[in-house]
Amino acid sequence: MAELNYREAVAHGIAQEMRRDPLLVMLGEDIADAGGVFKTTVGLLDEFGPERVRDTPISEQAIIGAAAGAAMTGIPTIAEIMFSDFIAVCFDMIVNEVAKARYMTGGQISVPMVIRTANGGGSRFGAQHSQSVENWCMMIPGLKVVAPSTPVDVIGLLAASIRDPDPVVFFEHKSLFATKGEVPDGEIVDTLGTAAVVRQGTDCTIVALALMVPRALEAADRLAEEGISAEVIDVRTLVPLDTETLLGSVVKTGRLYTVEENPRLCGWGAEITSIVAEEVFWDLDGPIVRITTPHIPLPSAEALEDLAIPSADRVHDTVVKTMG
Amino acid sequence: MTEMLQILDVDGTLVGESPVDDSVTRGLYEAMVTARIFDHKATALQRQGRLATYAPYEGQEAAQIGAVAMLEPGDWLVASYRDGAAMQSRGYPWTQLLLTRTGDERGGRPPAGVNVLPPSITVGAHMVHAVGLAWAESLKGTDAVAMTMFGDGATSEGDFHEAMNFAGVYQTPTIFVCQNNGWAISMPRARQTASETIAQKADGYGMPGELVDGNDVLAMYDAAARAVDRARRGEGPTLIEAVTHRIRGHTTADDDGRYRSPEETARWAERDPLERVRLYLDAAGVWSRKWQEEIESAATAAIEAAVEEAESLEPFTAEEIFDAMYAEVPPPLAIQRRRAAEAGLA
Ligand SMILES: Cc1ncc(C[n+]2csc(CCOP(=O)(O)OP(=O)(O)O)c2C)c(N)n1
Ligand SMILES: [Mg+2]
Repeated sequence: MAELNYREAVAHGIAQEMRRDPLLVMLGEDIADAGGVFKTTVGLLDEFGPERVRDTPISEQAIIGAAAGAAMTGIPTIAEIMFSDFIAVCFDMIVNEVAKARYMTGGQISVPMVIRTANGGGSRFGAQHSQSVENWCMMIPGLKVVAPSTPVDVIGLLAASIRDPDPVVFFEHKSLFATKGEVPDGEIVDTLGTAAVVRQGTDCTIVALALMVPRALEAADRLAEEGISAEVIDVRTLVPLDTETLLGSVVKTGRLYTVEENPRLCGWGAEITSIVAEEVFWDLDGPIVRITTPHIPLPSAEALEDLAIPSADRVHDTVVKTMG
Repeated sequence: MTEMLQILDVDGTLVGESPVDDSVTRGLYEAMVTARIFDHKATALQRQGRLATYAPYEGQEAAQIGAVAMLEPGDWLVASYRDGAAMQSRGYPWTQLLLTRTGDERGGRPPAGVNVLPPSITVGAHMVHAVGLAWAESLKGTDAVAMTMFGDGATSEGDFHEAMNFAGVYQTPTIFVCQNNGWAISMPRARQTASETIAQKADGYGMPGELVDGNDVLAMYDAAARAVDRARRGEGPTLIEAVTHRIRGHTTADDDGRYRSPEETARWAERDPLERVRLYLDAAGVWSRKWQEEIESAATAAIEAAVEEAESLEPFTAEEIFDAMYAEVPPPLAIQRRRAAEAGLA
């Protein structure tokens, strides 16, 4: 057992996989010499050398396109996009090329690549450096989408993503980088498509992702003191989605809350809401409630950013108000 | 290697013909002194926690101020997060520049009539806007031009290629000013592009490219003035590569000791863009310690006033976020806006 923080877990997970698979390579801006602008790749250049850990020019389309090309030949690749906002700069590559290669070649070409990127708000970086864009990727057929909330999940899900034969977009949350957690010794490999029930409860189900998970847990602790037993689910992977765990929990509790950092329209919670409404509507004891960032660009002012992104308070208050 | 234009050498000796008379040179010097005081002030404010991450431009004052000095009020400037010196000389107030770093969205609102767009954060995107701005001025039949400033790293973006190509094909009155400051965060210029110079990239787009000592304000003025004149006459775009150096870290959050040596920075500090002009003015008999003190205290006073103004504004409100999004707030957003007004953003 060791205690690692979330940012160290990223490098730990990559190193674990690079030691296992000598073909695995990684490329991105400022990842080698500088160890990443968020220090998530510290030490990798020293251990694996500049051939496998490559700094690139500021060319997001080339980062994704070249990684995809290499992956098509069977070299698994990790491509880093420094801020998830800049996925938009290379979205054609991701959407029209990476996500569709297997389909359009009838499986003759697979693209075993992981696109890692720093996602989310809380750092006062403003409208173009703070977005939660996991929902952008969730809507593209052919991509898998992962967003861990703890160091151990970072390692296990990163390993699973790297070993997956299909492209995975892996969202690392900027506001979680400093958070710590216990990590067992030895190889850690998790399974994509599995959500985790991180707190058992009977009165309602709160579904959260990434930074929203610790906030949902904090809210649930306070709700428990007030006699409301909330079950908290960490979705962990949006695609594939673990509908079994989600539906099972909602059937048990009869109430569903989603806690989403992405702006409201077409956020991932809307999809979960629709699945729940279609599949287990008659098991619901009350309306489904989505707790989200409003449909706004994220403000950079401290107070406004804190207001915009769902807080533990907002989750708590919303549950109390709606459970009556 | 292509010849690099230099007019004033590091010792303050004229090695070419000055494009301006000494009174203008004094003005350029004063603008650079003022800009440096702002840069230091902003860095200090960040250290005190009064400003978010800041990208210092120290060492690049000549490249910025020399390039924009001859622009007319109708001309456009679209620059990046490191170009405060250029932006302020075109009328973007110090106050607004500070607000872009205090988390106040009003930093993106220069006074009406100032044709300077807010600083671009997405590397490269704004270069393409400069093509459209210039194209629009041609459509309107004005002789205004658009200048864009970007870094060496930005030339690796697809946007650079597309902007340059478009400008070449449309012959838009666009001036592309690349401040090659040696680094893009931790990436040295030599690993950013395999071409010998950035200026030579102009060839591929059918436009002139010029390599300029970016720490020489007179050379920058000269090259930019010729490019602006050509553009105004309808003779199309130009690429200028200003060879300069980023003296500080990438931002106040960057530890540049991780990837470069202090000796390199020290070598460049000797090529300081301000000192050579001071030496020149002194030799010409138009510099004095007293005048230096006057311009420094005037700059300090103006900048302190800007800090005061920025810090005394009523905070930007949650409702204003909604109001700023569309010309008219659409009904579903109006509901969220009302909730924001009532109880924070629910
Ligand atoms: C599209 C995009 N990719 C990456 C970044 C992150 N980033 C910000 S500044 C920078 C380096 C830019 O270097 P350069 O163009 O040389 O400008 P300088 O910072 O030296 O002024 C990078 C990679 C960004 N803001 N936008
Ligand atoms: Mg640079």
